[in-house]
Amino acid sequence: MSEVERVPDERAAALEVRGLRVALPGAGEVLRGIDLSLSPGECLGIVGESGAGKSVLARTLLGLAQDDSSARVTGDALRVAGTDLLAAGRRARRRMRGRDIGLVLQDALQSLDPLRTIGAEVSESLAVRGVARRDRRRMVLDALEAAGLPGGETLLGKRSGELSGGMRQRALIASAIVGAPAVLIADEPTTALDATTAVHVLDLLGELRDRGTALILISHDLNAVARVADRVAVLDAGRVVEQAPTSRLLESPAHPTTRALLAAVPRGPKPATGPSAPSGSSASAPASPEFFLAAQGVTRSYDGVAAVDDASVEVRSGEVLGVVGESGSGKSTLARLLIGAESPDRGDVETSSPAPRVRLLPQDPLASFDPRHRVGRILALSRRDGAPSEEELLAQVGLDASLLARRPATLSGGQRQRVAIARALAGVPDLLVCDEPVSALDVTTQAGVLELLTRLQRERGLGMLFISHDLAVVRQISDRVAVMRDGRIVEQGGTERVYAQPQHPFTAELIAAGTPGPGATRRS
Amino acid sequence: MSAVTAARPSAGRWTALGAGGTVALAFVVVLAAAVAVPWLLAPVSPLAVSPADGFAPPSPAHPFGADESGRDVLVRIVHGARSSVGIGLAATALGAGLGLVIGFASGLGPRWLDSALGRVIEVLFALPTLVLALLLVAVLGSGTGPSVLAIGLATAPGYARILRSRVRTVARGDYVAYARLEGVGRARVLLRHIVPNTLWPLVATATLGIGQAVVWVAALSFLGLGQEPPSPEWGAMLGAGRVYISTAWWMTVFPGLAIVSTATALTVLGRRLSGATA
Repeated sequence: MSEVERVPDERAAALEVRGLRVALPGAGEVLRGIDLSLSPGECLGIVGESGAGKSVLARTLLGLAQDDSSARVTGDALRVAGTDLLAAGRRARRRMRGRDIGLVLQDALQSLDPLRTIGAEVSESLAVRGVARRDRRRMVLDALEAAGLPGGETLLGKRSGELSGGMRQRALIASAIVGAPAVLIADEPTTALDATTAVHVLDLLGELRDRGTALILISHDLNAVARVADRVAVLDAGRVVEQAPTSRLLESPAHPTTRALLAAVPRGPKPATGPSAPSGSSASAPASPEFFLAAQGVTRSYDGVAAVDDASVEVRSGEVLGVVGESGSGKSTLARLLIGAESPDRGDVETSSPAPRVRLLPQDPLASFDPRHRVGRILALSRRDGAPSEEELLAQVGLDASLLARRPATLSGGQRQRVAIARALAGVPDLLVCDEPVSALDVTTQAGVLELLTRLQRERGLGMLFISHDLAVVRQISDRVAVMRDGRIVEQGGTERVYAQPQHPFTAELIAAGTPGPGATRRS
Repeated sequence: MSAVTAARPSAGRWTALGAGGTVALAFVVVLAAAVAVPWLLAPVSPLAVSPADGFAPPSPAHPFGADESGRDVLVRIVHGARSSVGIGLAATALGAGLGLVIGFASGLGPRWLDSALGRVIEVLFALPTLVLALLLVAVLGSGTGPSVLAIGLATAPGYARILRSRVRTVARGDYVAYARLEGVGRARVLLRHIVPNTLWPLVATATLGIGQAVVWVAALSFLGLGQEPPSPEWGAMLGAGRVYISTAWWMTVFPGLAIVSTATALTVLGRRLSGATA
């Protein structure tokens, strides 16, 4: 961003918030007295569970919450890059956006108009402000380069659908920084990205911070925040319950909410088997016969492109095989081949005899429930002989029997995934195939679901195929792990062996990306 | 924030009607009574001639006035509901039923069947519904039966197209895939998941369709191709009263109002229903 002129910044604080309260119609008081300050060149991480008020805070700092006339915004001070947002009218707030404050959203695919070119999208805030067309082009190219997309001329005419997820997120960042705002808010900027891409985007945000941008990084992912934030504020029920320098907060969290968030972050190997089970090297041997499901050199192509290429894996009773890889690496296709939803072009899928009963845990449980059915009906229809009652199934996944009368659409994300687990258990499965089952959940909910899955797997001696792009999650639940890239399995072995001594360079890169220490990439 | 908005339970289908919906529902109930038991509402023959009352303007004795033969217009409208709405209902049932068969066949059947049916539907779509209905009446002749058949056949392509896309969306859904994975058979998946998730939206669409069909029934009669005078069918009444429009406005205005109100009430109700099932 060297060529982009900065507005000379004579103010000490880029952002000052004191006693901020926001009440929204229908939701009541969402923010209850927030105090924050931020200097140029500083990064403040804001973490908290979903519903803590993170997004409302971001919208208020941008002056968007105030645009809704039924929202009530009060406070002692709310200054963003020199604009007093408590006094500013609608027009002044709009002028401020894009010029003094920029926003990077979570979902680049939805935030970019599929019909407009990248050039038009990135230059939009300049066009709105009446910057001459000739200057606009230069500023857009500079912004693209600053966002890690050098040689932007070829990108200007492309549309978002022609870019990869990481490139889209960079284009979105470029559109946020093109007006050289003093303050940049990134709202869950890496949640939709793979581990390696996420790291690159976080490093890019860190570079912007180093060049003097005041950065607010909102995330439920503490690893992401730890990578770039100088300070972290923990939000809970509309209040900042703890605020401290990143390393201190991670090492000695003071508030229970912070400790709960930290404890929920998946890290470390699979927990040792419980005291009741034998502490042998293999998982608790199930009394049931040994089931297995094995792919032998399977290949499946779509339009000549191999989604899965000569892959061999095996899942057996009492063992969890984790499959990791970036999106598009063929993980889900491999799962579909194993469960027989798809047949391989080459290779075989073998099963034990009798064949194991396989059930699926999908990424989006809501879509896998008939919208007309209530929870009770969903479980009843999936029940097979020998399954416990619907009430018992819910109890096993930690849900109350009162949910039987609810429709899944009225449940929270964590509850839906638990109902999906109960439904899978209703089928009395021998093997469970889990396709990114916790990717859509926030850390605390995710930790609960992972713990439940591990417990159920141990108790029943289930075999499990666990697909995820999140290495930390896979490490925590798997006995063995297979690493996929471009449809091929590049490495396979015992989880801790693979994590300790990755044989393939790609595995090493994935592991490096997935396990940052606090401030690991802090650049001086 | 999304959790807050998503947590709204599906309120009862009927409490979501609102004021307009409630008025529409009340009107439709009265209409249904007129179709089912017209003699209870108006215990006079709609064909009873009374020359003394010829062209009587609206008065307490004849709230909607009387026609050229002294027949009470209100009584005729009440009795005419059975023809107008009844034929509209029958035609919609025929159209939706045909559309159902075609839609399911083309949505779930083999690809050749889908494209064959698709071409036929496209050809039928090239003609406006009323023109298609007129064409069919020209072939089938005029009267009640041909009216039902003509309007039913003319509206079937629309239903077929909606159902085809709905069936395909549902059949491709994750919950259908999950049921298959559980080993549930094709027939059971169809009955358990696909049919219920397809039919409810159809009910809403068909309710909208009845209002439209009533207008087309009246149009055919107005043109002398459906029910003929002295039948109290609303379109036929409109056609007969047209001659006297300058001297006896009530002969055209009230049957016209009946048609418009019916179509409006059914449309409002249909929209509320589709809003509730969407």
